[in-house]
This record gives sequence, C-alpha cells and structure tokens, in this order.
Amino acid sequence: MTDRADNRRALSRRSAMLRIGGGVLLSLVVLPGAAADEDAAAAIKQLYGEREPTAGRISLQLPALAESGNSVPLTITVDSPMSATDRVLRASVFANRNPRPLIATVLFGPKYGTPTFGTNIRLSGTQDVIAVAEMSDHSLWSAQVRVLVTVGACDALQLRY
Amino acid sequence: MPNSRIKVPESAAAGESIEIRAMIMHPMENGFNFDSQGTTIPVHIITDFVCTYDGAEIVRVQLQPGLSANPYFSFYLTVTRSGSVDFKWTDQDGTVTTNSAQLQVT
Repeated sequence: MTDRADNRRALSRRSAMLRIGGGVLLSLVVLPGAAADEDAAAAIKQLYGEREPTAGRISLQLPALAESGNSVPLTITVDSPMSATDRVLRASVFANRNPRPLIATVLFGPKYGTPTFGTNIRLSGTQDVIAVAEMSDHSLWSAQVRVLVTVGACDALQLRY
Repeated sequence: MPNSRIKVPESAAAGESIEIRAMIMHPMENGFNFDSQGTTIPVHIITDFVCTYDGAEIVRVQLQPGLSANPYFSFYLTVTRSGSVDFKWTDQDGTVTTNSAQLQVT
C-alpha cells in the first residue's frame, strides 16, 4: 500500500508531461501504418508471381521533388514497338512506403498507340516509386525512381489530430 | 453521377497515334482521412476505368486508393476508322459513369 502511494506521489508534473508527450509521439508514428520494402516486393509478387523483373525497357517520369504528396504527376513510358506480336500487356506502379504499395495497374489493348501513360498519384512521403511492365512475351521489366516529398498525402492529418 | 471530362481530337489521320485525356470528379477516399467529428471516412474509390474504340479495349485501368482525387489519365490510341471513343468509370458501389466522343478520320 505504501509503495503504491509513493509511486503516485512520484508522478510529478514533469514525468506526467513526458508520458503524455511520449504517447502523442507514439500515436503519430504508428498512425499511417508505414510500409516497408518487403510490402512492395510482396505486392509485385502477388501480381506477377515468382518471376523477377529486369531493370530497363520502362521509364518513369516524376518530379524529383514534390511539394505535396496528394497529387504527384507520373508518366510511364515503355520501350516497345507496339506491334501485334511485340507489345506491352500491362504495367503497374508501386510505392514502397505507401500504406498500400500498389497504386494502379494499366492493361494495354491491341490498339493502344504510343506506349506512354500519364496519371496523378498519392505518395505518403519521400520514397521510391517502382513501375513494372509485362510484355507480350511475358518478360518483366522494371524501373525505380526516388521522389522527395515535402508534405506526404498522410502527413496533414497527423498534424491536425 | 459524377462529372467527367474528356479530351479527344475531333479529327485525325488513319494510323496516327493520338493522345486522349480523361478525368472524373471523385474524392477517391483512401480510408485515412477523418471527418469533422473525428471518425474515419471509409474507402470510397473508383475501381475500374475502360476506354473502348472500334470494338476493342484501348486501355483498362484498375485503380487503387493510391491514385489522386479526381483521377486523371492520359493515354494514346492508334486511329483506325471514324467512330465513337467510349469511356466508362465504375465505382466500388457499382455506379457507372459513361462519356463518349466522336472521332473523324480524315
């Protein structure tokens, strides 16, 4: 009994503030569920199976620095003649630090023109963006680009709540 | 039905590769945002986008919450003959938004 009373007294203003501060810090870190490189690798494996992509034949155009992660312009260009026998079948974009690494999958039809595709993506912070393309001979090609993000798509809420 | 905007050239030469742009007004809620009461807004996204022309699919996009709000796409199609270019967006609830434009081959 006496021990517990001592403990209660020992909870000074300073230690209480530290505890509250620690709790707030912890919740900020834990909230968005930051992903690791393995998650992106697992997402690629889930879509394309055990095959390993080779670097090349696909390129990513992204700004080197994005001020807001809410909308980052992305263009993928595949090095393919787009003929009936040799063309790109599908391409996927992954971000290795997003809570959900897979961003989108694009399936290219036989009448697709220049093998370029553009869209806007969300990024949760500074990270690598990976694109994987599958050709009609089922070979896999990939590209990886690092993007610096000033304010991530998930950061704004952390500050507000 | 959400608003959508498309850009298709009015005319093009056969065999040419033309740029098509499509955008739809949609919040693409990713499940990490909170409303004014502090409760989580559930995931609400467009899951599928298809563009068809001359009886074939030009492009099909499987969207994830990682795409920005008001998803925008820019892509290319090879011109074969005059006809309509049809766009279709499907929501996760099954709401379908369509749009189309006429393409004249010169």
